Amino acid sequence: MSAQTPIQVHPVGGKMPHSLQYRFRKTAKAILNYTVMTLLACFFAFPLVFMMVSATKTNETQITSDVGGLRAFVPYPLRFVPPVDRLDDAPAEIRNAYTGLGPQNFFDVFRRMPFGRFLWNSILVTTTTVGLGLLVNSIAAYPLARLKWKGRNVVLAAIVALIIIPFEAVAIPLMLLTTRLPRPGGGIGWHDTYIVQIIPFVADAFSIYLFYQFFIGIPKDLDEAAIMDGASRLRIYWNIIVPNSRPVFATVAILKFLWVWGSYLWPLLVIRLPEYRPLTVAMQEFFGQYPRLWGDTLAFATMTTLPVLILFLAFQRWFIRSVAATGIKG
Amino acid sequence: MAWLMIAPAAVGLIIFLIIPFLMAFQLSLTDTRLLSPNPPQFVGLENYHRLLRVSVILMEPLRDPVTGEVQRDEEGRILYPRPRTILRSDARYEGMGELAQFHLFGRRYLVAAGDPTFWRGLANNFYFALVVVPLQSAFALLLAILVNQRIRGVNLFRTFYFMPVVVPMVVVAVVWFFLYNPGVGTINAFLKAISFGRLGPFEWLADPKLAFPSIMLLSIWQGVGFQMVIFLAGLQEIPGELYEAAEADGCNEVQKFFFVTLPQLRNTTIFVVVATTILAFQLFTQVQVMTGGGPGEATMTTILHAVREGRYQLRAGYASAITVVFFLIVLAVSIIQRSVMREERAIE
Repeated sequence: MSAQTPIQVHPVGGKMPHSLQYRFRKTAKAILNYTVMTLLACFFAFPLVFMMVSATKTNETQITSDVGGLRAFVPYPLRFVPPVDRLDDAPAEIRNAYTGLGPQNFFDVFRRMPFGRFLWNSILVTTTTVGLGLLVNSIAAYPLARLKWKGRNVVLAAIVALIIIPFEAVAIPLMLLTTRLPRPGGGIGWHDTYIVQIIPFVADAFSIYLFYQFFIGIPKDLDEAAIMDGASRLRIYWNIIVPNSRPVFATVAILKFLWVWGSYLWPLLVIRLPEYRPLTVAMQEFFGQYPRLWGDTLAFATMTTLPVLILFLAFQRWFIRSVAATGIKG
Repeated sequence: MAWLMIAPAAVGLIIFLIIPFLMAFQLSLTDTRLLSPNPPQFVGLENYHRLLRVSVILMEPLRDPVTGEVQRDEEGRILYPRPRTILRSDARYEGMGELAQFHLFGRRYLVAAGDPTFWRGLANNFYFALVVVPLQSAFALLLAILVNQRIRGVNLFRTFYFMPVVVPMVVVAVVWFFLYNPGVGTINAFLKAISFGRLGPFEWLADPKLAFPSIMLLSIWQGVGFQMVIFLAGLQEIPGELYEAAEADGCNEVQKFFFVTLPQLRNTTIFVVVATTILAFQLFTQVQVMTGGGPGEATMTTILHAVREGRYQLRAGYASAITVVFFLIVLAVSIIQRSVMREERAIE
């Protein structure tokens, strides 16, 4: 079919667009479509709903008996109960008297563990790693993408090759290496510090590659004009490249943020003291304590998830765009 | 100037990626221990020998010491000595443990390995990859097609499907641990309700057959949104004219999927499959939190084994040998996958 001879295309089956049968089929299809999509949404939401609903139920006995049915997803009884000290240790009559919804489990988490400290550790490590990573990797990508120099292709090929080394393949030797590095402030070994959670993950081959790919797409005449004006390379990077590259900065920041916030294997290997423990490892420790209280554990889980979940809901389009960017190299 | 700008990143990558990567090879040839006062010794390939050593041993039936007759149990089955007895009786099998037993041509064989845990972990990684990679990729494509429709409210659904991706894996593992509660548990209750009481209750994480599939399910739940978005990006790059042309040729929806969508998504699919496979081999957090590799070694994985050896048994040299083998396997699998899938394209 060529463009000169337009052919009227009828819907499949040759029915007229506005016939009753066509409209009926269209409606049935839409209902089926929405039903399937809603069921799938329930599949993805139910564990998180269970987590948050259980975390707000004050009575531990109620939580563990509710799990055998739909009540696990219903916040009830609808009665606000202010937090009480040591409710889980109280006799059953007292616990039943305090059955309802409230911050009891969150309160208990703070009482049983220095949760605030863990939260601060995670926030500090994540923001520092992301911030330094953006700076270091984008500066490294600039000469790779925009300057001509000897050895450029070799360095670029080396960086692409490094992407395939999974972190798990270097975790054990890296642990050994960091126990031998001089400790800032005296001594040997980086274990139980913030820097051991930050410095090894600042430089990152995949981030450099993402920056590189974006930078080669920025029109060349922008920096050529700046060179005529006598601007230095660093100034061009800062005044021209950075302001024109917001999407890739967001992409790298989000991917790295998700990775560092959720990282578990590495802090498990190098952090023993609670002072430097991030939320993920603290969460698993809390989960391993007996008696295992569902309400408290799920309150901990909720507080570990909420910061990322809120950021995701606020910047959804950026999150989805960032993930899409990881596939483009394929 | 170029070198100066690259320097910070280059130094970081060299110290924290390239050196540890090379150290793994070097350490794997030593008996280095964490926190050991003794200097490490070069041991050659001893770590690899222990790690990869496998023997197949023909099992001799137990015989009556007087008559020399083959002993049988009440049901007439031939009795064999215990594997441990066989392995202890011969110096050649020193340090080896039972991995499996099998029958062939009426004879029974014992498979012994220098490190049976490693082989079980590796087998589990392949099992995980073989189940999860096709399921998760197909599921991700289905979700991507659903959220690529131009209908009202589609963004809301996309948000829901993607949400688990941002939840830290430790949290996912803990929440699903509760959902899998044996006896009275949400998942047991759900199965009971949809099967009118015929299914369950299951022991999930405590059942050696169900523990690993249970972990697969939550891994798919957490990870599929990521691949969905990658497929979605691929779908949106397919030119609309291709679908118009297919419609003009009288293709229905199914034909359009197979003749337009799938071939156009080839590169995306290769990326998704290879990336998901690598993730399958990295499996660690879920098993560490939920089962610790158990029951028995039903959910053991290569990385869990390496961490146990390196961090808890303090055998850094041996753990490095495991990570070297792990890296070579991941590299080989992804090269094979890529070349197989590229070849298909070359034939077209």
